[in-house]
Amino acid sequence: MESKHPLEFLITWFIRLTGYSSIFFVVLILFFLVSEGLPALSEVSLDTLFSTRWYPIESYYGILPLILGSLVVTIGAMLIAVPFGIGTAVYLSEVARPMVREILKPLVEILAGLPSVMLGFLGIQVVSPFLREFLDLPTGLTAFAGSLLLGGIAIPTIVSIAEDAMNNVPQSYRQGALALGATRWQTMWGVTFPAARSGIITAIMLGLGRAIGETMTVMMVTGNAPIMPNSIRALFMPIRTMTATIASEMGEVAAGSIHYHVLFFIGIVLFLLALIVNITASWVSMRKQTHKERVLS
Amino acid sequence: MRFFHVICICALLASLSACAVSGASAGAQVSPQPQTYLENKGSDTIVNLALAWAEKYQELHPEVRISVTGGGSGTGITALINNTVDIANASRKIKAEEIEEARKKGIEPVEFTIARDAIAVIVHPGNPVERLTLQQISAIYTGEINNWSELGGEDRPIVRLSRETNSGTHVYFLEEVIRLGDKADKTIFSADTLLLPSSEGIIAEVSSNPNAIGYDGLGYITSHVKMLAVAGKNSQEYTLPSIESVNAGTYPISRDLYMYTNGQPKGIIQEYLDWIHSSEAQEIVRELGFVPILETSD
Repeated sequence: MESKHPLEFLITWFIRLTGYSSIFFVVLILFFLVSEGLPALSEVSLDTLFSTRWYPIESYYGILPLILGSLVVTIGAMLIAVPFGIGTAVYLSEVARPMVREILKPLVEILAGLPSVMLGFLGIQVVSPFLREFLDLPTGLTAFAGSLLLGGIAIPTIVSIAEDAMNNVPQSYRQGALALGATRWQTMWGVTFPAARSGIITAIMLGLGRAIGETMTVMMVTGNAPIMPNSIRALFMPIRTMTATIASEMGEVAAGSIHYHVLFFIGIVLFLLALIVNITASWVSMRKQTHKERVLS
Repeated sequence: MRFFHVICICALLASLSACAVSGASAGAQVSPQPQTYLENKGSDTIVNLALAWAEKYQELHPEVRISVTGGGSGTGITALINNTVDIANASRKIKAEEIEEARKKGIEPVEFTIARDAIAVIVHPGNPVERLTLQQISAIYTGEINNWSELGGEDRPIVRLSRETNSGTHVYFLEEVIRLGDKADKTIFSADTLLLPSSEGIIAEVSSNPNAIGYDGLGYITSHVKMLAVAGKNSQEYTLPSIESVNAGTYPISRDLYMYTNGQPKGIIQEYLDWIHSSEAQEIVRELGFVPILETSD
């Protein structure tokens, strides 16, 4: 099997290099984040860091409202994006006629390419005034406005990947189910959907990743007030996320100052959250794989 | 299909050659000496003014190119410290820590007052409240007053709007309005104050939300929002912000705007700053809604 052709050798090495480089870059980024962010722990006491007030120009470095703010917006976004995204994917792959599908799928993919700053603009001009009047809120610049738009950003990602996953379920599964007398609905939810489960979970996790890391839209529509979310009402109040904080403050801080280190520490927290999301995703999809294999064997 | 391709390629070639021609003619028009580039960055309050100045100056001196960007006073001063700009715009005085930081890197910031600005306190045009004292504004922003009815308005919650903390306007408002100029006072904005990333964002929200109160530089105020008359700390006289009231010293929330250079400016930077202090440039200040600095001679 050893390749004799020198070109083939080169190509193999090139591909290997590109593969390793992504690991290398992640390690570099992690190293940079940790080396710039960890000093925050020695400069600011843990009590201050996990207090509830963020006002860095007067040395209030409580990142708790920012973490919770990000979580509230993201959870809100997923509550919107998951049902709509999965529903659209099921419709596209199982229900829609081929012609409809040929039209809808590219449209969804165009939606995925929409720059987020445009959505933010839409949010300021249309969504937030509408929410204020429709829900009778003091202001429309709330976590909910952010969730709506982030949901819009996450939906195309979820649809695209979940639809691919359902398409990859062998046709024979469906035929088998129908032949056993299952209705179309039973086939969809009982056979195709579970078979594509790992792909669908990946889709949700990628959508979640997109929502939690999104910056521009959130900065424009959530009002950026570092309020501690304390009840379900927090969804309808202004909120400040971690990403918006880093984006709006990083340009101004002096390199090496306490504020600078704390911003990088927020970066570490974001990195850890992304890591948790990814690990959960691969853990869940792997577990389902073995379970499914056991059933099929 | 093939025909279409040919047309496409023709169009492409035509546009390319047009570019080349216009490029050549533009090159022929300017003076033979190499162009000088100036980088000008900082305060969002000043950015429109700086852009207008730069455009006018480039018209008068085609050999100079000035690029103007915003980002906030802190951003501009940080850029000056990192030596990536020639002139930093700031709507606040440079801080002692920033001077120290700059000196460590061999930068010596030199200050120029270039114009004055009044900060207008604005509400929705439908809001019946017409005037406030500085103390009342301070109480609103610290969270003591939460309903417009406490100020003689309708029964509506107050939504507080502010610029982000990297804005010179934010820092000025904190020190001069919320703390009423008291250096020992450590009061800060109420946590539910909305921090919007741009002046336009504040105007947009105030013009559409009857609950909102905001503040912004006089140059940004449009007819879609209503300015409030403000009374100073120890006065009962309410004044609307205007060029006259700022120069007369009766409007309480006004400040100087600055440009900073690295060391005493020489050559083209000096010429540009001299021109900014000319009456021609100060006329642009007036047109944009800022307050021109009075000539010391008259």
